Amino acid sequence: MATTDAGHTSDVHVHEGHDSHDHDHPSYLAHHFDTPEQQFDSGKLGMWLFLVTEILFFSGMFCAYAIFRAWRPEVFEGCSQFLNTKLGAINTGVLLFSSFTMAWAVRCAQLEEHKKLASLLATTLCCAMVFLGVKAIEYSHKWHLGLLPAGLFTYDPANPHPEGGPNYLAYICAPFAVATIGVVIWLVVAFIRDAKFQVAVAKPLVFVCLSFFGGVGLGMILESGETPEHHGSDHVAAVHGDAEHGEHSGAEHGDAEHGDAEHGDAEHGDAEHSDTEDSEAEHGEGQQGDATDPEAADVAEVESTDPQPVVLQDPGSMMRDESDDLVVLERLASDATNTGLQDELSARRAQSQLSEGAITYDRTDDSSATIASTDDNVLRPSRAGVFFSIYYCMTGVHAIHILAGVGVLIWLLVRAIRQDFNRNYFGPVDYVGLYWHLVDLIWIYLFPLMYLIR
Amino acid sequence: MSAHENSPEGYDFAHPLPLPLLFGVFLILVLLTIITVAQASFDLGSFDVLIVMAIATIKGLLVAAFFMHLAFDKPFNILCFVSSFVFVGLFIMFTLFDNRATNQDDIPVMDDAVVTAPAETTSAAMTTAGT
Repeated sequence: MATTDAGHTSDVHVHEGHDSHDHDHPSYLAHHFDTPEQQFDSGKLGMWLFLVTEILFFSGMFCAYAIFRAWRPEVFEGCSQFLNTKLGAINTGVLLFSSFTMAWAVRCAQLEEHKKLASLLATTLCCAMVFLGVKAIEYSHKWHLGLLPAGLFTYDPANPHPEGGPNYLAYICAPFAVATIGVVIWLVVAFIRDAKFQVAVAKPLVFVCLSFFGGVGLGMILESGETPEHHGSDHVAAVHGDAEHGEHSGAEHGDAEHGDAEHGDAEHGDAEHSDTEDSEAEHGEGQQGDATDPEAADVAEVESTDPQPVVLQDPGSMMRDESDDLVVLERLASDATNTGLQDELSARRAQSQLSEGAITYDRTDDSSATIASTDDNVLRPSRAGVFFSIYYCMTGVHAIHILAGVGVLIWLLVRAIRQDFNRNYFGPVDYVGLYWHLVDLIWIYLFPLMYLIR
Repeated sequence: MSAHENSPEGYDFAHPLPLPLLFGVFLILVLLTIITVAQASFDLGSFDVLIVMAIATIKGLLVAAFFMHLAFDKPFNILCFVSSFVFVGLFIMFTLFDNRATNQDDIPVMDDAVVTAPAETTSAAMTTAGT
């Protein structure tokens, strides 16, 4: 079959649509399709359906994110400070650029600009590798600090840079280094054997592999620019204080009731959500029992603006039970000698906390509710770990998609160099393009949700 | 090259996007990314998440419409893609309805494990006696 300048076979015109000439169809047209357009549309519909499954697949993770963020917004705000916004923003730019080159590559495939197509696919591949390189810096830095998923989380604010430990960056880079060496050897062997096609394929692939290390270098420069962990823990305290303030005042009191003193608010939070032991002691010693606290001044200020005794208001709001006998019960229990009633009251309080889900959301800690301890509160492994579990899961699955994209793009690159595509057969480029744009689309949502929580 | 010329041979169904359009979309996307990063340093209160999500959605629409060629695609493909987002929205909305599981109801719990405190027992017993 003679190939015309347009890149499609001249026979098509003559034999198209004749069932008896099964083998006269062009090589790119599968014999169960009548026309190239039908072939293209079928493939495209299949690709869209695959993308729908991809979106539903990622939606599960976004749903988990929404649940945990609604449960503990302050943990997300605090832990987000550990993510380097610069690296995230650079990666967003790189991915957007790769999306642009991919869309351009589809155009080139349709216009049969073979050289341009190959170089644009190679550019897209390079961007994917830069993205992975920056990601390698992000991951290895966090693993080194112990910012790991729940269960493995070992970060210690007092000792943020633990000595020893494996060189995670080296482990991540090792497979890419092996791949680079392999491609270079392949290029040299192909060059010596004078295999022109293999040289043409291996040459761009060397650049693709090297751009991973370019990404690592870029990440290193940006990462060394700032020290996010100190920056982070400073913010954590302030941010957490704010969150506590908003949460409790919204839930239980009006803002006007106790002013906007954060210490006072924290103390209030303590009084409300203290565990049974604390509240028992409070009942025993009366409401001024906190006078020994270093923040007595703040407490006094809060209580002076709040005429209602804390003891009475407290269980009522928690149990949602405004009946008179409960008030009587509380008054009786405020007598230090009546230990039986105190026990009953604390038991009821614990039960109502359970029924409200206070245990699940961890509002029952006996933290001393100072600014110093709220820092510790956010960074407690059981909570920070949940954030990092979600972070690693979402960005990790996204990175796996990038790796899969790299695989299919290399396949496309080989076919583009072989000049397989023409204006009747550009489907594979288009389909991979759709997949690549979806990966970009997910990152567009992932970046602000993870990196830009303030 | 005409865009939607459905000749029986299947020629000319390719619809190459003009380069200025692609480049323009890319520039707008970069600009929106810069805006998203910049707004993170301002205190916008509780609208923060909404603003960030709105910008991300504009970016997503641009990518879908032009890079993914959806603005010129067959309606059925658009329907498939958009319907998936409808289901994602339903999924997340229904999950967040009573996300803290604190919704109070008056159904008495008869399980032995739950009824432990004496006061609760009497009230539960009274409720059942009343009904």
